[in-house]
Amino acid sequence: MQEYILETEGLTKEFRGFVAVSEVDLRIRRGTIHGLIGPNGAGKTTCFNLLTKFMQPSRGTIRYDGRDITAMRPAEVARLGLVRSFQISAVFPHLSVLENVRVALQRQRGGSFDFWRSDSVLRRFDDRAMELLADVGLTTYAGAPAGTLPYGRKRALEIATTLALEPTLMLLDEPTAGMTHEDVDRIVALVRRVAQGRTVLMVEHNLKVVEGLCDAITVLTRGKVLAEGPYAEVSRNPHVIAAYLGSDPGVSGAAEVAHA
Amino acid sequence: MASATTLSQAPGTSEGGAPSALPPAAPGLFGFTRAQGVALLVMIAALIVCPYFLYPQFLMKLLCFALFACAFNLLIGYVGLLSFGHAAYFGMGSYIAAHAAKVWGLTPEVSILLGGAVGAVLGLVFGWIAIRRAGIYFAMITLALAQMVYFFCLQAPFTHGEDGIQSIPRGMLFGVIDLRADMNMYWFVAALFLLGFLLIHRIIHSPFGQVLTAIRENEPRATSLGYRTDDYKLVAFVLSAGIAGIAGGAKSITVGIATLTDVHWAMSGEVVLMTLLGGLGTLFGPVVGAGAVIAMQTYLAPFGAWVTIIQGIIFVLCVLAFRAGVVGELGRLLRVKL
Repeated sequence: MQEYILETEGLTKEFRGFVAVSEVDLRIRRGTIHGLIGPNGAGKTTCFNLLTKFMQPSRGTIRYDGRDITAMRPAEVARLGLVRSFQISAVFPHLSVLENVRVALQRQRGGSFDFWRSDSVLRRFDDRAMELLADVGLTTYAGAPAGTLPYGRKRALEIATTLALEPTLMLLDEPTAGMTHEDVDRIVALVRRVAQGRTVLMVEHNLKVVEGLCDAITVLTRGKVLAEGPYAEVSRNPHVIAAYLGSDPGVSGAAEVAHA
Repeated sequence: MASATTLSQAPGTSEGGAPSALPPAAPGLFGFTRAQGVALLVMIAALIVCPYFLYPQFLMKLLCFALFACAFNLLIGYVGLLSFGHAAYFGMGSYIAAHAAKVWGLTPEVSILLGGAVGAVLGLVFGWIAIRRAGIYFAMITLALAQMVYFFCLQAPFTHGEDGIQSIPRGMLFGVIDLRADMNMYWFVAALFLLGFLLIHRIIHSPFGQVLTAIRENEPRATSLGYRTDDYKLVAFVLSAGIAGIAGGAKSITVGIATLTDVHWAMSGEVVLMTLLGGLGTLFGPVVGAGAVIAMQTYLAPFGAWVTIIQGIIFVLCVLAFRAGVVGELGRLLRVKL
């Protein structure tokens, strides 16, 4: 068993000359919660898209669980247990909350191309779906259309749906973005609980959340890795502080222009 | 993607309302909700009663187009794909069934199935090309490919160009039932329509349909759950094209002619009109929409060229007044899913 579940080497993504992600070497240790932080536009979400194959890297390799996944398609990567969430809460709004989770559980059947069979065969997943919903505190909402859920509950539903795939590595894109304090606390507790027995890589802006949850963090700025290590260590790094306060010597010129 | 996504918003399931107050989605009988069950019984009753009051010829034509619209709705209403070239599958089905019945002397049911098979194969090829693109590009590619089919039909010898295939024999159903009698033909078309309708309902309420709905609702999310969404869209496209081909075949056997009108792009537009008028993404909407359009064409025929203008006005009013279509709005009013 590899020590690192996910490793990238020289991962680069260019958009018509603009380098969004540049030479990123990322190593995620198995069984940890790893945070990916950085200012806006640092390339965190692009990184996520590359790792989950929603975007094709311009250069570099991605190894997951000892296997090169660089050339794979997103659906295939998902089937290997590398499952992502999205920045904008990704639920199926007109499906019921229960059905949302069930669509994920349905993957266990393999491809569902049997259009001649009644969907009552999916009822055997109902119990497991209810368990997952209970896990994230959504039992009472099971029959409601997912689109009617309040924002925080949608995020919880998204996590339940992701968990339904029994992911080995979960990628969470800003799970607490735009949430109230109570919701944040609930999601933090949830992430900590579901991280048992798996690896989590999360993009997160809320540094308090990162400090409380993450075993290790990687700081990205302008597409490059600025620092990597435990939170306590990285947060004292002067370059990181500079990047967050916007007085990085490399961009001070740009900052002045912005202030003018 | 934007256009297809907005169009695909299932009507009648508008947001809002206390979530916990809503009952869990009742499975009902064979996947029909209670309201749909009642509507289905009404429809079957109408199928039985109507030929005694209205011209069977008119009803048969209506049913063929209703099936065509239902096939189209499977794509736009449940997958969110706006195909603007569905006349290709309908028209090819029409020509092939006509040729099979007239030249090869096959029985009507085999001819119609052959039309459906050709529609499905055409759908497989065209779908495979078009599905790589989304939204307006998808619509444009399907339209362009359908135009190619139109020019093929204009030139190919077996379609007889501008003349079309005429005086197609209705023949003997299963080699025993004489379809030259209008009522026999009517029961055959009614049964075919009902079977197609139920098949589409089953497709929507199958494990496959569940994935389709997920794709319509949020394609990236469906991908991230491990579904190769293009494969599902393609299967749906083939099914839709196949059923459209069957509808076209039934139409040419019923009416006795297969012409360029069946493959013309205006036919693709007509089926969009029928589906929008009745209600996108509703089970019964396309049937009602097809009924309305065919009734207008038949009963407003004395107005000549004005039919198109009247149709246009009704369409504009419909889009302005009830965007969810007749059945969609009715469902919203009664707070049921139809």
